[in-house]
Amino acid sequence: MSAREKLDSLPASAAGPPAGLVAVAMSGGVDSSTVAALLLQRGRPVVGLTMQLWNQRRLPQLQGDGPAQHRCCSLDDVYDAKRVAQHLHFPHYVVNFEEQFEEQVVRPFVEQYLSGRTPIACTNCNTDVKFEPLLRMARQIGAERLATGHYARIRYDAASGRQQLLRARDDSKDQSYFLWGLTQEQLSRSEFPLGELSKEEVRALARRVNLPVAEKPESMELCFVPNGNYVQFIHAYASEIGRPVEDREGDIVTRDDQVIGRHKGVHHYTIGQRKGLGYGTGKPVYVLALDTENNRVIVGEDEELRAVEFEIEKVNWVSVVEPSRPLRARVKIRHQHSPAAALVEARPGAGARIRFDEPQRAITPGQAAVIYDGEVVVAGGWIK
Amino acid sequence: MPRIYLDHNATTPLEQAVLEAMLPYLSSEFGNASSIHGYGQRARAAVETAREQVAALVNARPQEIVFTSGGTESDNQAIFGIVEPLLGGTPRPHIVTTSIEHEAVLNTCQALEKLGATVTYVPVSRQGRVDLEALRREIRPETALITVMHANNELGTVQALEEIGRIAAERDICFHSDAVQSAGKIPVDVQAGELDLLSISAHKLYGPKGVGAIYIRSGTRLRRLLYGGHHQRGFRPGTENVAGIVGLGRAAEIAQRSLEGDAARISGLRDNLEQGLLARVPDCRANGAGAPRTPNTSNFTFSGIEGEALVIALDLKGLACSTGAACSSGAVEPSHVLTAIGLPASEARGSIRFSLGRHTTAEETDAALQIVPAAVAQLRKLSPTYPRPASAHH
Repeated sequence: MSAREKLDSLPASAAGPPAGLVAVAMSGGVDSSTVAALLLQRGRPVVGLTMQLWNQRRLPQLQGDGPAQHRCCSLDDVYDAKRVAQHLHFPHYVVNFEEQFEEQVVRPFVEQYLSGRTPIACTNCNTDVKFEPLLRMARQIGAERLATGHYARIRYDAASGRQQLLRARDDSKDQSYFLWGLTQEQLSRSEFPLGELSKEEVRALARRVNLPVAEKPESMELCFVPNGNYVQFIHAYASEIGRPVEDREGDIVTRDDQVIGRHKGVHHYTIGQRKGLGYGTGKPVYVLALDTENNRVIVGEDEELRAVEFEIEKVNWVSVVEPSRPLRARVKIRHQHSPAAALVEARPGAGARIRFDEPQRAITPGQAAVIYDGEVVVAGGWIK
Repeated sequence: MPRIYLDHNATTPLEQAVLEAMLPYLSSEFGNASSIHGYGQRARAAVETAREQVAALVNARPQEIVFTSGGTESDNQAIFGIVEPLLGGTPRPHIVTTSIEHEAVLNTCQALEKLGATVTYVPVSRQGRVDLEALRREIRPETALITVMHANNELGTVQALEEIGRIAAERDICFHSDAVQSAGKIPVDVQAGELDLLSISAHKLYGPKGVGAIYIRSGTRLRRLLYGGHHQRGFRPGTENVAGIVGLGRAAEIAQRSLEGDAARISGLRDNLEQGLLARVPDCRANGAGAPRTPNTSNFTFSGIEGEALVIALDLKGLACSTGAACSSGAVEPSHVLTAIGLPASEARGSIRFSLGRHTTAEETDAALQIVPAAVAQLRKLSPTYPRPASAHH
């Protein structure tokens, strides 16, 4: 019996959504669609929810030709999610969180960028949109749990009484780096069915159940940026909110304030970016920092790009409570960074200090540092 | 789970008799109504019968009825048809309409604004009624068209067409009304209303989707929208959707017969539902209830919840209704109608519409009176904006 048939066959006195109803956050992509299929296979009643997060028509100057695809809330993606729901016979709704998304994700993203930091949008979306108003909406309509297509795992540790967040079994797909902000409450109501699977297994399953999206390519970009050109997006959005970004020429300087060149605009650079050969030394130089206040790009050689110690703020201790003693762990400072051995010291009320055993390249303000103990996500925080 | 449909303003089910009337024209009587031979003649006869039936519903003459693809096309045709020929001249043509019109009217007016027309959107009262004096004041020498919807789709509010018609006639201005939500629910009389143009949609009166009609008073000059063959006396090209038209005609005939009885019964159920919800659900309000309304519509604001979430929760409990303003991708702006009657965005977003139908039963409205309060309470329990009642202990 299909999920829908099950729903329809309930006696009148039991009017209401079935017990154990789980909401699936559906992006229209193969991962979240396969989550729905998996849950149904296990006999669980499913309701699909697709979030409307950003109105593509809002910044018309960014509209390319043709409908936007693979961007959150493009009609194609909604259509794909609906087709999957139709194919697997479960109810599907589109829910609007444009306001929350702009406030919690887009605006902070742009503001961070404009102050010279390198922001991540996806973490805020998870913590403040997907697992907040969406989870609440799911509960309001009768689904006590929310499943997503994230590659990560949740495990309840009876000994400590804590929900733990773990890396995915398929390390190459692991998305735990973006989920460190989740609270115990949020984790207790969430499920990541793909955490034990490899991408190949997911696609194979999608094909086996003939999902309409089984061959859909993955989206690699920020979901709200139509063409992947996030610099263009930032400029368009900043203008729209009345804070246009002006490209102003300025100095490229070393840490000792030695001017070694000119730049055409601070916002064209990211930390860690290689910037040609050093003045006099002939060695490559890299962007160390963006001094937006004085409109300068600060560069240095590779060694200067490396650091050992740094601080993080707004730390969320996920799988453990905040430790009173320093702990040894491995820390990631970028999504594409191999977790490196470090000593982590919590500073109550003031985040944490992290000291790597070996210097790491480009510890970048705005990015997140995520602390791992083996496969367990211990904590995460924002790099100051 | 019993399924309860309370979204008749969105669309209505086909009346059984309508389906039966249509079936031959989807099977054995497939002729093109313009063909000379017998197949065509029979199709033609069916179309002309339907034309008479629709004309009778609105007190018009059959030759004044043109079949279209629906209410939206009829609205576009009426408004463009009058105003477009006047573009490019001086003075610029002026349209008087209201702030609560359906998008098919509003967007057409806005398109004409971009092309050089000027438009005044007369505001409405808290109950959704147009202030007739305000409307009269907005009329200028260059006003070419007054377009005011008869009944509003979200609130059900009915405007005083006869009085507006009198104002229009006094000043010799063309008067159109979008009667999509009124035809079949309340009497529509193009003579009494002194109307020049009127839009009707089949699927709002238990007919099929994809077909409607426009009433065009004899002698009204209208620029056509579509070019092609000479169908419908050369005005509206396109091979007629015979089955759809037959359905519309039959639905109109049934509506005319049962209108009074339906209205009495349905308004009783609606009032019962409304009173019941007001009694059982704290912090809620019926919008537009103080003005003349279609008998079936009830628009509610429930404080502290999102209408979107409520509609979904109700659907999962088997009750179908709507927020009254939606688009296929789920991008929802607060309803322009609720905004026009003065609701702040938060309240507009916490509003839903119940619209009953000819076959809605007392059992269904009773069931709704169980289901809706429970759903609202569930949403409020988890709402970040609904104040928690003072509780002793948990």
